[in-house]
Amino acid sequence: MASTTSSIMDTLFQRTLEDLIKGLRLQIIGESAFISKALDEIRREIKSTDSHTKSNALQKLSYLSSLHHFDMSWAAFHVVEVMSSSRFSHKKIGYHAASLSFSDSTPVLLLITNQLRKDLTNPNNEFEVSLALECLSRIATTDLCRDLTPEIFTLLSSTKIFVRKKAIALVLRVFEKYPDAVKVCFKRLVENLDSTDPHIVSAVVGVFCELTSNDPKSYLPLAPEFYRILVDSKNNWVLIKMLKIFAKLVLLEPRLAKRIVEPVCEHMRRTGAKSLMFECVRTVVSSLSDYEEAVKLAVVKIRELLLDDDPNLKYLGLNALSIVAPKHLWAVLENKEVVIKWLSDEDPNIKRESLRLVMAMVSENNVVEICRVLVNYALKSDPEFCNEILGSILSTCSRNLYEIVNDFDWYVSLLGEMSRILHCQQGDEIENQLIDICMRVRDVRPELVRVGRDLLIDPALLSNHFLYRILSAAAWVSGEYVEFSRNPFELIEALLQPRTNLLPPSIRAIYIQSAFKVLIFCLHSYLLQRESTASSYPDTSALSELASKREMPEGSDSATFKAPSHSEQDEVFNPRVSNQSFEELSVGNGGDRTISHGQTSTPVTSENSFTYEAVVNHLNLIELALGPLTGSHDVEILERVRNLLCFIELIKGEVLESLVQKEENLNSAEMKSSKIIKLMSDAFSEELGPVSVSAQERVPIPEGLVLKENLNDLEMICGDIQLPSSISFSLVSNHYEEGVGASLPDLQSKEELEPPSEATSLLAEHRKRHGLYYLSSEKNDIVANDYPPANDPKLRDNQNNDTEDLVKLTEQLLVSKKRPNQAKPRPVVVKLDGDVVPVSAKRPGPKDDSLSGAVQEVLLGSDTRTSTSRSNPSDKSSSKRKGKEKLITDPSFELNDNLGDAEKLDHENPSSRRSKHRTHGKERRHKSPGKIREEREENGQKEKKKSSHRHARHKTRQRADVPLNVVSETPVIPDFLL
Amino acid sequence: MIHFVILNNRQGKVRLTKWYSTYSQKERSKVIRELTGIILSRGPKLCNFVEWRGLKVVYKRYAGLYFSMCIDQDDNELETLDIIHHYVEMLDRYFLNAYYILDELLLAGELQESSRRTIARLVAAQDSLVETAREQASLLGDLVK
Repeated sequence: MASTTSSIMDTLFQRTLEDLIKGLRLQIIGESAFISKALDEIRREIKSTDSHTKSNALQKLSYLSSLHHFDMSWAAFHVVEVMSSSRFSHKKIGYHAASLSFSDSTPVLLLITNQLRKDLTNPNNEFEVSLALECLSRIATTDLCRDLTPEIFTLLSSTKIFVRKKAIALVLRVFEKYPDAVKVCFKRLVENLDSTDPHIVSAVVGVFCELTSNDPKSYLPLAPEFYRILVDSKNNWVLIKMLKIFAKLVLLEPRLAKRIVEPVCEHMRRTGAKSLMFECVRTVVSSLSDYEEAVKLAVVKIRELLLDDDPNLKYLGLNALSIVAPKHLWAVLENKEVVIKWLSDEDPNIKRESLRLVMAMVSENNVVEICRVLVNYALKSDPEFCNEILGSILSTCSRNLYEIVNDFDWYVSLLGEMSRILHCQQGDEIENQLIDICMRVRDVRPELVRVGRDLLIDPALLSNHFLYRILSAAAWVSGEYVEFSRNPFELIEALLQPRTNLLPPSIRAIYIQSAFKVLIFCLHSYLLQRESTASSYPDTSALSELASKREMPEGSDSATFKAPSHSEQDEVFNPRVSNQSFEELSVGNGGDRTISHGQTSTPVTSENSFTYEAVVNHLNLIELALGPLTGSHDVEILERVRNLLCFIELIKGEVLESLVQKEENLNSAEMKSSKIIKLMSDAFSEELGPVSVSAQERVPIPEGLVLKENLNDLEMICGDIQLPSSISFSLVSNHYEEGVGASLPDLQSKEELEPPSEATSLLAEHRKRHGLYYLSSEKNDIVANDYPPANDPKLRDNQNNDTEDLVKLTEQLLVSKKRPNQAKPRPVVVKLDGDVVPVSAKRPGPKDDSLSGAVQEVLLGSDTRTSTSRSNPSDKSSSKRKGKEKLITDPSFELNDNLGDAEKLDHENPSSRRSKHRTHGKERRHKSPGKIREEREENGQKEKKKSSHRHARHKTRQRADVPLNVVSETPVIPDFLL
Repeated sequence: MIHFVILNNRQGKVRLTKWYSTYSQKERSKVIRELTGIILSRGPKLCNFVEWRGLKVVYKRYAGLYFSMCIDQDDNELETLDIIHHYVEMLDRYFLNAYYILDELLLAGELQESSRRTIARLVAAQDSLVETAREQASLLGDLVK
């Protein structure tokens, strides 16, 4: 009794949806409180037996669910009840709620099949039929589709246009969920293409447009039908869809292109509707780009768009231009000014689009100018866009091992300049490139050192934490290649300036280590200088010997400026050539040393720089600056500070003393300290090169070496101390990865993960102490030597000749690969872009995707597709072919079956195909570095030092690509005529 | 295809949503939050297209309301703008229930009726059905009383 009363009360005083909305907008108790109150009401009302109350409550619930995202799955059963109401107004609410809230996993879906069937076949009320259709188009599951296919099939030829067009649109979902429906419905669907009613045609074309975009191949046979519509239709909506369909089909069947190019151009010329015009343009640039005339017309239209005031058209114009860019760069170059102008547009989307285009224009001929322009824009832009510009400069210039950069001195100074831009946040990338270039390009090192010095010496930069990574690279470069420095003492001061205490410990450690290297260099030079003045040798020869010591093993590399053609015969070091090249550099640097003849030149500023006073001053300076750090809590810093200070202590006495006996003590070289200095200097000036990935495998593991047990012990003993320093180690390995070459990232990182990261610092410590046992087998150790040296390189020297050779070898390979690149004349950008495709997956061409996807379906179809498909895949293609041949006479006869199969492909496919394609792409990307590596190894084994590596590598890349091209160029397309 | 339609006002309050692709309730509110943020932050006189998660969102502001539709990468932006405009004109002519109009306009993420008059007629017809039903209901209600 009580419940009936309450239900009557509910009925009488129930709030309608309108009341709810008004209440919600005027509420004063807070929105969520109001809603939860309303929800309580709804929960009560929805249980009502009165269908009016119930549907009203459901309507309110739908509202809250759709706009305020309240879960309404709990009301699923009520939805079903309201759906089955006999009143249209209630039914409508029920259906709407269902399409809003039901998903494939809603359990009550099983209950509604009959209700839907009843509504679909309702002969009296077409609106009820339409409700069911609308709802199905959202919620239809495989089961529903299977059960209702007969009804939908009937509706496809309904005399009521209103119902028929909805049924047609619904077919899209039905095919997707239940591919077998194709067998039943496809013929009718195709028949509807011939309908005289524009609504019907529009609906069918929409369905085919969607189907084609997923799997163009299967719909090629329908081309004649489509062509007729393309030519005859006056409806812009339909034409746009038609163009989309053809854009896909043309890629599969070039003969089609010939047929449609004329009508498409005709539409482009004639139409007043921008949307249709743009679709024509896009079709031409993406699919008909071989037809010169059509492209020209399209470019004219694009230009109109670019110059339009409407930002939408501007954006789309740029968009179209970037599609056309790879094939017809002239189109972009023609509009260069406009494109560059939009770089400063207020709309970030437009700016980004035009940046993309500008980057597409870059070639080795204009890279300098374009980068200049871009850097200027970056200076003016907001931080976000500024970084986008810088990022794209970095990625474009480093593409394919700096393919487009001819003048590395310029590029390095550009990097330096970019670091100084206020908003620059590309520290990581610039750091990587600085070191990468430093390793790969020998000739650029003097310039790099100069750039590094400029960065280090500026105290203002130390306050910008985005620059820390760059500074660490600069510090490392300055330390490692200090012999190119014009004023090493200045470097020491820069590296130890007070503001370095702003740096994070890992980077500070690099600073200190670099200062150490610089100091050794200074002392060594000082000793040499004294020795040589004493023994009346020309001091410079000793110094230049020092400077050129590095060049020794690699022969002619330093001579590339002069004679790029030098190769094997230059194996014997030729000091003259090397000296000359240095001379050029130092002239360029404006060194204050006057050079009269090629004999006397070193990059070091003046003969007198290594004076006794300077040395002593700087020894004191170091002691002063680093003294406080002996109490540092960071292992890396502590370690390096101790090294440096102990070293100073060791030598200081003797150095001071040596001055006193300056005159008489001619054999100072035999002093203990100078021996030490000599030793250290030799160690530090040892060339560090990238290591081949296979280097590790080729080093045999010594017998009886047990790594793991020992480390486990260590971990147990002091498991928690080493955590902080692991950062610096990951930094090291990052760098290593870069150094070896960007082409081997996956393998690399996997290997790096192997040692337990928590134990790294201890491990390093341990290795250092027991270097003998580790070095020959631990590759990561070599890594660590690159930057910053975690153990004494000297030790490594002795036991590691094997690896060392390898290092050099690979290094040479890298460099020699570089050189022909620099020397040879460059092709035009179009080819360049083609080159890039295998390496960078930056702009995946959607057309390629669908193309190869479709091709794969045909060629590889049998293995993946069988799983769910009931049909026999092997006769698929043959039946399809048959169908296509017959189609010429009767388009809809055999079609039914063959497309049925194809349809199935389509529907179980989208995901599997895509993933397959992706993995395929990955394989391909993997393949080429793999081959390169193999080849590198080969070369290494043969001891071929100056092979035409670059060339060979190019070939491998091609080789890797060739089969692919073959695949994509030989799709089995049966003969068919329009 | 069109993946979803969202209407929201200048304050970011959602006024209508319709989903043609499957999104869970959680994803829906996330998508809406994300997109309204992006769209509202864009000033006037900028272009009406936003690239978003590999899809494109075409939006347009009419008075205080933003109409956004999310489409595939290779769909036609201008066509979508036309669809939005089409819809807005419909709403203008007949402002009662935006959902049912949208149902007549789009189905399964495709435009299905390009004639405004037809939509108006259809929606009116369905309304008259609802009207009769309501009258019957109130008659019944009277009887109960």
